[in-house]
Amino acid sequence: MSEAETVVNITVNGQPVEASPGEWVIAAAERAGVYIPHFCYHPRMSSVGMCRMCIVDIDTGRGPALQPSCMVAVSEGMVVDTTSDQTRKAQDGVLEFLLLNHPLDCPVCDKGGECPLQDQTMAYGPGESRFVEEKRHFEKPIPVNDLVYLDRERCILCDRCTRFADEVAGDPLITFQDRGDQTQVNTFPDLPFSSYFSGNTVQICPVGALTAVPYRFKARPWDLTEVESTYPNPMGDRVVVQASRDQVLRYQGVDSDAVNWGWLADKDRFAFEALASDLRLRSPLVRGTPLGQPDPGGSELVEASWHQALALAADAIRVAVDNKGPQSVAVLGGARLTNEDQYVWARLAKGVIGTDHVDAQLDDGLPADAVLSLPRATINGACTPGGTVILMGPDPKEQQGTLYLRLRHAVVSDGVQLIELTPRATGLSHLAAHRLHHRPGEVAAVAAALVGGDIDPGPDGEIGGVSAVALAAAAAALADRADQPITVILGRTSLAEAAGPTVEAAAELMKLAKLLAAGGRPGIAFLPALHRGNVLGALDMGMAPGLLPGRVTLADGGAALAESWGSVPASSGAGARGILKAAVDGNIDVLILLGADPLGDFPDRKVAELALQNVGTVIASDLFLHSSAAQADIVFPAAGFGERRGTHTNMEGRITRERQVVTSPGTARPDWGIASELARLLDAEFGFASSEEVWEEIVQVAPSHRNLSLDAIDAETDGLVAADSSIVFSPPDSATLVPHVDAYSLRLVSSRRMYDRGTLVRHAPSLAGLANAAALAVNPYDFQRVGVDPGTEVQVISHVGEMSMPIVVDPGVPRGTAVFGYSYPDLDVRDLIDPASVVTDVRIQTR
Amino acid sequence: MARLNPANLTVAQEIIGRYPVTRSALIPLLHLAQEQDGYVTEDAMAHIAELVGVTPAEVMGTCSFYEMLKREPVGDYMVNICNGISCHLLGSSELIHYAETTLGVRPGGTTDDGKITLEAVECIAACTEAPCLQVNYRYRNLVTTEDFDQLVGELRAGTAGFAPHGKLAKVRQHVGEDRWAGVSHPDGQGEPAWMARNPSDNGD
Repeated sequence: MSEAETVVNITVNGQPVEASPGEWVIAAAERAGVYIPHFCYHPRMSSVGMCRMCIVDIDTGRGPALQPSCMVAVSEGMVVDTTSDQTRKAQDGVLEFLLLNHPLDCPVCDKGGECPLQDQTMAYGPGESRFVEEKRHFEKPIPVNDLVYLDRERCILCDRCTRFADEVAGDPLITFQDRGDQTQVNTFPDLPFSSYFSGNTVQICPVGALTAVPYRFKARPWDLTEVESTYPNPMGDRVVVQASRDQVLRYQGVDSDAVNWGWLADKDRFAFEALASDLRLRSPLVRGTPLGQPDPGGSELVEASWHQALALAADAIRVAVDNKGPQSVAVLGGARLTNEDQYVWARLAKGVIGTDHVDAQLDDGLPADAVLSLPRATINGACTPGGTVILMGPDPKEQQGTLYLRLRHAVVSDGVQLIELTPRATGLSHLAAHRLHHRPGEVAAVAAALVGGDIDPGPDGEIGGVSAVALAAAAAALADRADQPITVILGRTSLAEAAGPTVEAAAELMKLAKLLAAGGRPGIAFLPALHRGNVLGALDMGMAPGLLPGRVTLADGGAALAESWGSVPASSGAGARGILKAAVDGNIDVLILLGADPLGDFPDRKVAELALQNVGTVIASDLFLHSSAAQADIVFPAAGFGERRGTHTNMEGRITRERQVVTSPGTARPDWGIASELARLLDAEFGFASSEEVWEEIVQVAPSHRNLSLDAIDAETDGLVAADSSIVFSPPDSATLVPHVDAYSLRLVSSRRMYDRGTLVRHAPSLAGLANAAALAVNPYDFQRVGVDPGTEVQVISHVGEMSMPIVVDPGVPRGTAVFGYSYPDLDVRDLIDPASVVTDVRIQTR
Repeated sequence: MARLNPANLTVAQEIIGRYPVTRSALIPLLHLAQEQDGYVTEDAMAHIAELVGVTPAEVMGTCSFYEMLKREPVGDYMVNICNGISCHLLGSSELIHYAETTLGVRPGGTTDDGKITLEAVECIAACTEAPCLQVNYRYRNLVTTEDFDQLVGELRAGTAGFAPHGKLAKVRQHVGEDRWAGVSHPDGQGEPAWMARNPSDNGD
């Protein structure tokens, strides 16, 4: 391609600018440092030319003429003048028109002070209004959903929120209604804008028409202090955290090209409410008498000093190690901490105490060594135009909000081909080129057929519940695009299903990866979609059995690390399930819970209950006194997001900074400090004075993080990706045998929803009410077999338990399958799931 | 009231069948719903949204844009008196005033018997026949107050020969199933089967 085709030379205000073909004038000018005022234009959405604010003089050889710069693509030799008298007059006129109906209630408007309309009126607009007639009137703010208010009088009809709902979120539940001067944005009557992403419309609204319920009247923009940070979810969404009077009041998305493009899911955006909750832990707690006196056998948790609590914890650990050896201490959780916190806890557990019973996942993810050994994809890599994405994990719309938005854009706008390999329809199903909805537990057979091209349908013409015809079409489509990147989104789709089949399916896909790599093609890479904020950081920091910081196994990296740590565990430990089983058997004397609530979150509630009863000393470090922490003997209050400094690792391995903007409540401390203090009491001085010093040590000892100094990370806008791993993928030895489902049963799928019983959602008042009540979803065909009305309470029976819940019809559920969520506010459905078997079947009885 | 009845649902499916992109059937279906109930009910909009695969809010956005699609109940006969410049000069304001007095409703209102909804409208492009009006979008020209009285009498008696509001045509067009556009996902299917069958379309 010649240069003429890749570069378009234009002139903006007399200054030569190199633009790319097809680029809008407004974008090219902005890159060259010339700001053209606008309201409706948004770089992440299509141009509509609604507001006319961006009209400037554009001369393409026929003399300057006013044209909207968001709708005109650059052309060779174009001359743009954004400061001509004609342009100024037009901008002045457009603003006068926009202000005709805009109420002048800026003093009581949330947007006042950060309002593009206000700012641009000051900069480009008329000082006074000539409009003496009555402005149009609407009912003052109406709720468009539980989180967002709409004030239609303030609206300037820029189409940003409605475009976002339609183009970006795919939930066109707000539209322009009526016509002419009565045009308004509204929902269908009684059908709210129930989108997981509605908060973004508040952020992009160029006036105060859309306001967020949790932020309304909380602060003025000029009173906010803010830092750029990383929201601790698996996507590592880039955010600005804004606070006033030492309280976090708002998150705004930051447009990071590699990650979230400025978007946030509502669950993340509004979870800040939980940080300010009155229920936050403010002081260490220890067992004591009802009168508040510390007493090791006491029935109550009473406030204690850090000195007392740390000493008790260190004593308990020392006694346990002396009596039963280091493997009688175990650490669960830590996936919500920063990398630094995780590293110091891992060093305390593995280097000082000497136990390898450490697991950041609560048996609801994938084996750490498999995750760390698979070739890692990036989000931008997954969204490469023309590429293929295989979804073999949880519904991104429910669990990785902004990943869903990125994938949706990739499929809709960039021609990415989506192959869905899930046991039920997801939020992306209607965009998927191929939907392979397999029977729960049988994903490996389907994956093998997909990549092997060896499709041998049984007598039913299907493999694992997927028709051979559909499978062949998908396999052909996959082969067709094999010279483009293939990205697998890998995770636990269903918690009613063991992790084994998913790992086996990954192994099948890895076979194809080898073939493709041999042919010099981009090959297959994986994006692990695991649950909990910084879970990938936890795995990188060695918070998993048999692993050490820097993606090395204990066997391979133990000797090297022992030089700096002094010692490493003598033998590999157990994962969460093994730890809790050992606790039930009385082999664990001290259990340390790091932001983990096994009673509320571990798939096997009974084991978790027995384990907590049988452990001698439970130590919890947490933000809230949840059900497990309430049973602990020693509780440390930890600093939460916005109160701590550190780094975060997202699903790609991208490391970005988390920054502090407020102080933590009471005497709460960052976790790395708690772990360092405990280490000191156990006669190991780490010598860390700040989280930055912790990171310096990580860079030195963790092989995968060698080149990732904070200076190097800060030098990049989007952080740096830790890519290396010394762990070699080892395919599972034997295939999991999946029993046949009998004719009277439905095979169970249980997957997390965006709003559930999770700690943050429960403690954020605006979100707590959004969690759905428990319900069993089945295919319309199976529904007819049951013969009841939708919404009827039915008895759901598995071989480990039974409970009653309403039954609903869902055509997205394949025949023979039943689906419910995992974590409901009203019903603990874990009691129906048999965690010991590969799959769980249920029967439905009407009462 | 409300959703499309079974007979109209069959018609709706035939209408949808004509379009390669399902949502193209949106406006014809809104007319069908208006024909059924005299106006477009919210339930009908929700039903149409299901049929054409868009959200009810999008149906509302389209429906509320067009003046001819009524979202509130109207009388059997919409009487739209033109108040454009020609009609105005030839006495339409007086005619409207006369209509208001005799019918007892303001423009936009419906008579108590539910028969007539009066509206004053902008130019309806019959300036040579001013003052003119429309009854359910059919013209009456050079209307005097006497003509108006007679018209109202006939409308009330049902002898004026106008179909009730919402009815668009006396004969409904039918498109045989072999001529359907082959409804499916918009971009998945290539050209409809009937195009391939049509010998005159083979490109020579």
